[in-house]
Amino acid sequence: MAVNFADYKNIWVYAEQRNGKLMNVALELIGEGHKLSREISADTKVCAVLVGNEIDHLAAECFEYGADAVYMIQDPVLAQYTTDGYTKALFDAIEEYKPEIVMYGATHIGRDLAPRVAARCNTGLTADCTHLDIDMDGYIQFAEENTTLDTSKVKKDDPKAQGLKMTRPAFGGNLMATIICPNTRPQMSTVRPGVMSKREREVGATGEIINVKVNVTDADIRTKVVEVVKSAKELVSLTDAEIICSGGRGLGGPEGFELIKEFADKVGGVVGSSRACVDNGWIDHSHQVGQTGTTVKPKIYFACGISGAIQHLAGMQTSDIIVAINKDPDAPIFEVADYGIVGDLYKVVPQIIAEWDNAEALADAAK
Amino acid sequence: MAFKVLVCAKQVPDTNEIKINPETGTLIRDGVPSILNPDDANALEEALKLKDKYEDVTVHVVTMGPPQAETMIFECLAMGADEGIIVSDRAVGGSDTWATSNAISAAIKKFGDYDMIFAGRQAIDGDTAQVGPQIAEKLNLPQVTYVEEFDISEDRKEVTVKRQLEDGYELIKVATPCMLTCIKELNQPRYMNMKGIFNKNKDIKIWNAADIEVDLATVGLKASPTNVYKSFTPKPKGKGMMLAGDTEKELAQDLLIRLKKKHVI
Repeated sequence: MAVNFADYKNIWVYAEQRNGKLMNVALELIGEGHKLSREISADTKVCAVLVGNEIDHLAAECFEYGADAVYMIQDPVLAQYTTDGYTKALFDAIEEYKPEIVMYGATHIGRDLAPRVAARCNTGLTADCTHLDIDMDGYIQFAEENTTLDTSKVKKDDPKAQGLKMTRPAFGGNLMATIICPNTRPQMSTVRPGVMSKREREVGATGEIINVKVNVTDADIRTKVVEVVKSAKELVSLTDAEIICSGGRGLGGPEGFELIKEFADKVGGVVGSSRACVDNGWIDHSHQVGQTGTTVKPKIYFACGISGAIQHLAGMQTSDIIVAINKDPDAPIFEVADYGIVGDLYKVVPQIIAEWDNAEALADAAK
Repeated sequence: MAFKVLVCAKQVPDTNEIKINPETGTLIRDGVPSILNPDDANALEEALKLKDKYEDVTVHVVTMGPPQAETMIFECLAMGADEGIIVSDRAVGGSDTWATSNAISAAIKKFGDYDMIFAGRQAIDGDTAQVGPQIAEKLNLPQVTYVEEFDISEDRKEVTVKRQLEDGYELIKVATPCMLTCIKELNQPRYMNMKGIFNKNKDIKIWNAADIEVDLATVGLKASPTNVYKSFTPKPKGKGMMLAGDTEKELAQDLLIRLKKKHVI
């Protein structure tokens, strides 16, 4: 494959919008893309790519969160997400403008679109990344702090590894791998929502807008979206939650989530769950934290009756503070917990609820 | 009028059973059972439901892997599939999703006419969810991913599916043939049954790279655009503090004091 790498420049973020509203992960990726672009060179830009119809108003938000430029791909035929329409629109734009890197949020739509675009570009795609690096020193530092990798074996000048280093969990979070895409361009990855950080909003920031010509017609689109239904169920935003109260198999049954809900309501948190409870049908999958569920990093994660299977730990172990309550003193969850309580959650959690409002007085008294 | 349904499946290690050797930090794969990938079981079940409904439907499972994948094919046949095809060749070993989809789409072209393709959304060893859409791209088929409900028109020319979103679903209509990737909400996979286990007329084909007439420059480790640069295990987070107390109330108070002092509440 004779690809002239010099032709490819800048980092693109597929800035996913639904119903004219940006997804949070789009802003997170602009933040991450900003960081990576400066690692490549001073004149490398992070660009938001907006696909849809009548979405001009979203450009400002992209600039305010760090985008240097915004590519606008607008047409009535793109008003609604379709695999065929968006793949063609994005592929055409990539062919024309040749970005060096394209990142997508690993949402249900991002994971539908990205593989299709990557295959059409005949390039590589790395799914569900949780860490990205360009700079080799930064990669080594990340690896030393977070992994068991023997960094003395990392060759800094390895010509294959000078591009994007995409790190992701595999085997249910048991293993991690750093993937590279050394011979083709663009380099592409989907990134888990909730993992990267937004930049501080800079109100009034602006930049260049590039209007991309659209060559998609109705004939290109082979699926018909009959309707889009928002579920009546309560929207669970685990990724934005500052406190998560999670229940596991130790709850003993679906009714255990009543206590967890009461706990979450008291502390201003959101209800999470282990996979076991979802598989048992005790709670909806939208609450599931873990490798196959949602990755979270709240300020406090309360794990109640969760043993701590690797696949669960993979989705929550970067939480700031982890509190584990479990009857079994040997439960693996205690290996990652900042504070562990061995005990019956049905006795401990009600006491935390009862004492919650007294925390300040208790802390004062303990001085 | 025969109606041929293809199911893309993968044999995977049961990742729930994988443990880490704490001394070496490597995966312990010995004794870890190989299973039919869970989402693929849902894909197969949906195909078998079509076969239950229409007499002329035949179900054909396509997989890529080492010859041992035959055990998974036996399971699929015992559930009720008519045929299993294993693409097996050293030349396709180490393929990433791009190269894998080249090999499987070549096998599907070799298979010939088909009316539907079901695949699992993703495999539990890699969790990429990329191979289904990439096969669809190479076969120039429309796709719907994350299918949680499926219905087909009387003339079987059009399907109506619910596609799961994070906060709801889309109702989508698409003409056959198409690629649908399935999730566990779609159905409950059946067990193997005696009739399937003892059916002598079932067919297992093993195809190599020459059989599927795939361009060798598009498959295998060397052709794959992505490479594994390094692999490792996450560093375990340091063990924290176990709280002690005589009563649950004391424990709760101790915890809240510590959280307050850390300014997290």
